[in-house]
Amino acid sequence: MAKITYVEHNGTKHVVDVKPGLSVMEGAVKNNIPGIDADCGGACACATCHVYVDEAWRDKTGERSTMEVSMLDFAEGVKPNSRLACQIKVSDALDGLIVQMPESQH
Amino acid sequence: MSDGSIDLKAEARAKAYAMPLEDINLADTEMWRTDTAWPYFERLRSEDPVHLHPAHHHPDGAFWSITRYTDIMAVDTNHEVFSSEPSITIFDPKEDFKLPMFIAMDPPKHDVQRKIVSPIVSPANLHLMEPLIRSRIQSTLDSLPIGEPFDWVDKVSIELTTQMLATLFDFPWEDRRKLTRWSDIATAGPESGLFVTDDHETERRMELFACVDYFTRLWNERVNAPPKGDLISMLAHGEATRNMDRMEYLGNLLLLIVGGNDTTRNTMTGSILAMNENPDQLRKLQANPDLIPSMVSETIRWQTPLSNMRRTATRDFELGGKLIKKGDKVLIWYASGNRDETAIENPNAYIIDRERPRNHLSFGFGIHRCVGNRLAELQLKILWEEILPRFPEIRIVEGPHRVASVLIRGYSSMQVVIPVRT
Ligand code: HEM
Ligand code: FES
Repeated sequence: MAKITYVEHNGTKHVVDVKPGLSVMEGAVKNNIPGIDADCGGACACATCHVYVDEAWRDKTGERSTMEVSMLDFAEGVKPNSRLACQIKVSDALDGLIVQMPESQH
Repeated sequence: MSDGSIDLKAEARAKAYAMPLEDINLADTEMWRTDTAWPYFERLRSEDPVHLHPAHHHPDGAFWSITRYTDIMAVDTNHEVFSSEPSITIFDPKEDFKLPMFIAMDPPKHDVQRKIVSPIVSPANLHLMEPLIRSRIQSTLDSLPIGEPFDWVDKVSIELTTQMLATLFDFPWEDRRKLTRWSDIATAGPESGLFVTDDHETERRMELFACVDYFTRLWNERVNAPPKGDLISMLAHGEATRNMDRMEYLGNLLLLIVGGNDTTRNTMTGSILAMNENPDQLRKLQANPDLIPSMVSETIRWQTPLSNMRRTATRDFELGGKLIKKGDKVLIWYASGNRDETAIENPNAYIIDRERPRNHLSFGFGIHRCVGNRLAELQLKILWEEILPRFPEIRIVEGPHRVASVLIRGYSSMQVVIPVRT
């Protein structure tokens, strides 16, 4: 299990255990954490699972894929640490990960 | 129900399973006017999910039908192989009347133009617009007759979506019904009854030229004024759009007019129809108005206002064991994917508190995913927030009548009575 902290835009924190193999998006959805819509169910096709990865975790969460880059291109408020949560796979190495949600998903 | 509609459906079902696969023609507008495509989709999904229709099924020739949820998703997200050019409808563009619009463009041009338009429907901007949308919806509902029949399509759905468009464009208010007319004309086929002469193509072009002339006047006003938050001003001042020629301006206007109008309009009508057919769901909603957002998503799935989008293969590609050839026309049927029992539980039922109501195909997926989805949801949400405290029942007394279109799943009229106001 990896402990992941999801921080809502208003600052509310949700700390949950997520099974390795799931995505960071699934970790939120399965625990009913608000702020991630995941309209496409994880196919990297909607950009409604946009999160900001805490600076300390950017290297460990890897690089964006080409498809992810083009989907993020149309999201709101994109920053250098923006990622699509469905494209980050949870592993033991991500134990302690912190992600923040944007104001809203477009 | 004893109104004959069930018989029609039973008949269509028997026919769908009796006919040879190659005779199934999803491009038959009559099938859409009578709402009888469902058993054909069901059969194709199980027997031939990547299906080739012969050339004689449509004036513009052969086309593939993709009917399963996961295959539709695969095509929609692979924009390199499945291009949105030259057209996103089953019709090929007319050589002498090309209307460029970014929904029918590939990157990089698509991306730049989309980015000009999308801020106007950003969540932050919608938040600012919400009070205005709400007050307009309130006065429209307050003006409805009680105890006598009226056409919901005209008095509510068309009126509200037209008002919304006029707001987005900052369009002269008293002329706003012109927008409705242009939207109808842009997508009308010969069987629509909208044209007075047989030469409907000439008529259409004349009206659309009048449309672009009107909008050119607005453009000229706004290009000479400081930039402001309406769509015309955004296009007139936008780096990637300010040098558009007349046809491209017209194309992008029509995209916004049709995109923002027909789809939302038909979902508004569809929501009343769905509640009439499923009174238990209405009671559920009345008991728990917090379900409105989820009900809105379910209605958009159930309605699927655009039945399909068309793509064109840029190279040979194997899908589901079939070889789609370079240049082939491919229709991805959102209407079918939204009823795919392998992706959505109990898909034919209208259930306002489904587990994952947002996981539907109606807005498309990938880089062309609907830019106005939040605006559409917002309008529907406010509509129902304002209906619930006013009208315990909106009863359909005649219709609905559906439009004969392969692309647009919609309604031309639906008579209702509101028995009482609370
Ligand atoms: C329930 C209402 C609506 C439905 C079902 C709907 C559906 C769709 C679909 C299926 C697409 C194409 C997706 C694809 O090719 O993958 C699309 C694109 C688009 N829609 Fe909507 N739409 C709705 C409301 C709106 C509204 C209100 C607006 C206007 C503000 C709008 C503007 C657009 C635009 C501009 C595009 C082109 C996006 C692109 O190519 O990047 N739509 N819509
Ligand atoms: S869930 Fe759609 S892009 Fe991540």
